Amino acid sequence: MDEVAVRLGVHELIAAYADCIDEDRLEDWPDFFVEQCRYLITSRASHEAGLPHGVIYAASRGMLVDRVTALRQANIFEPHRYRHIVGPIRIEQIDTTMAQVSSNFIAVRIMHDGEMNLFAAGRYLDRVDLTSQPYRFVERLVVLDSQKIDTLLVIPL
Amino acid sequence: MSELGATTMRGVHWPSNGLTEIPFKVYTDPDQYALEQERIFKGSTWNYLCLAAEIPNSGDYVATTIGETAVIVTRDGEGRINAIVNRCAHRGNLLCLERRGNAKELSCIYHGWTYDLAGKLTGVAFERGVKRQGGMPPEFHKDEHNLQRLRVAEFGGLVFGSFRDDGPDLETYLGPKIAGGISRVLNRPARILGRSTQVLPNNWKLYAENVKDTYHASILHLFLTTFRINRLSQEGGIVMDDSGAHHFSYSKLDYALEDGDYKQAALRSDSGFCLADSSVIESVDEYGDGISVQILTVFPSMVLQQIRNTIAVRVIRPRGLEKTELEWIHLGFEDDDEAMTERRLRQGNLVGAAGYISMEDGCIGGFVQRALRYNDDDAGIVMMGGYDAAPQPFRASEAAIRGFWKEYRALTGA
Repeated sequence: MDEVAVRLGVHELIAAYADCIDEDRLEDWPDFFVEQCRYLITSRASHEAGLPHGVIYAASRGMLVDRVTALRQANIFEPHRYRHIVGPIRIEQIDTTMAQVSSNFIAVRIMHDGEMNLFAAGRYLDRVDLTSQPYRFVERLVVLDSQKIDTLLVIPL
Repeated sequence: MSELGATTMRGVHWPSNGLTEIPFKVYTDPDQYALEQERIFKGSTWNYLCLAAEIPNSGDYVATTIGETAVIVTRDGEGRINAIVNRCAHRGNLLCLERRGNAKELSCIYHGWTYDLAGKLTGVAFERGVKRQGGMPPEFHKDEHNLQRLRVAEFGGLVFGSFRDDGPDLETYLGPKIAGGISRVLNRPARILGRSTQVLPNNWKLYAENVKDTYHASILHLFLTTFRINRLSQEGGIVMDDSGAHHFSYSKLDYALEDGDYKQAALRSDSGFCLADSSVIESVDEYGDGISVQILTVFPSMVLQQIRNTIAVRVIRPRGLEKTELEWIHLGFEDDDEAMTERRLRQGNLVGAAGYISMEDGCIGGFVQRALRYNDDDAGIVMMGGYDAAPQPFRASEAAIRGFWKEYRALTGA
């Protein structure tokens, strides 16, 4: 296996994912995951205590699609965007089909009136499927450093 | 009642003695906020502290708050649960800094005073001085400096505390109907599935009212209607105790019929939206009574929620006039199998800070709070379903909100 190629592919996946959310192309967001995927937003405290409940939990790509449909069609909230800043990406482990990857992130929330806050900081703990191009997430755990969420969380992290 | 409360804290002016007019200043007035801390949170109310299951062993403790007052809950050597104000009797320092843990005693990091798990002062560093110099005078008696203890009571595995010794006991406070509502949901040993805290940009009462507001549910929260998740049986109502302080609202659902109907609807190609993965609503009638939603409040600060198979305790914690922390404690039960836990986790998407049918409650209070900043001399009205704070067999009603204000005014002397 060409490890450099894997690194480039993983970097591209993680960068494109953040770009998709921040540029409001949310309809493309589920496609960053394989069909049988797992996406969970949790907190460091819950993660370390082994508590399974997530603020958002999806166990299939369909559940991610539903998140986007609900956000666009049903849920009511003040318009806002995020700007993700993803830190150094570390590949923890690679085998022939899967890479285990971790990265740090912060997400700034920009409200429609220009008000900006640091909305979230945390780690992405990923399992990436390497068997097809482009790479896709099999699992993305979003482990928030804080268990507090300001107002509401509707746009995915 | 404190002297401060009696003399300087008059609170806001109420336009009438009726229950249908709520002065907007009640959400914006700093004196009112101080009055509430004294007379409601430190008054004769019972406030949720923790689950008994969080402190199963001798020495286990949880640090929490009632209103803005820091409280420690401990399990002592005799297995008793104690609730103690988290403040050293010496100089008022916070005794317990960790959120939870296990300890043999409570000791203050500042000057080393130590207390047993029931709050009794057991040690004062250098009490006799150093080399016979300094130390406490002979008039100092340790037994006069114990920590302030709260009354503690447990119901349905929930631990409550009250600052007043002369108020009603917990079961009298809850009354049989609300106690029955709690026992219905928490009918077996619970297990914590997760926790999170939603920070609300509004006065705590706007959330306390929101939870009692059965009128807004199908109007503000459009998820169920957008995805055509039918409420096939609309039977439901509002149950209240005699005081009006606490309530539960409920509605029923034909679970089996919904399951078949939703899958058929998903196959139709007509316009409208369908869930791509309907497991988020796939529920079972775990209580065998057809009740799919029961939202219960214990005045002033606790909510017990059953929405299908998502069970949660929500705790309302005031953090200043325009800030509230809403803690969500998501529950399952010890006897859940893997499939049941997975079902609860998937339905967990419905509730919480990112909940399909609850996220709007995170912002709506903030919108009200912002609007009040510009003009708070008027009053809002809560007249849906009449003038009383009494049980009703329908939900197009603000009866439970009127119940909140009835109790609130009784306690604040307004």
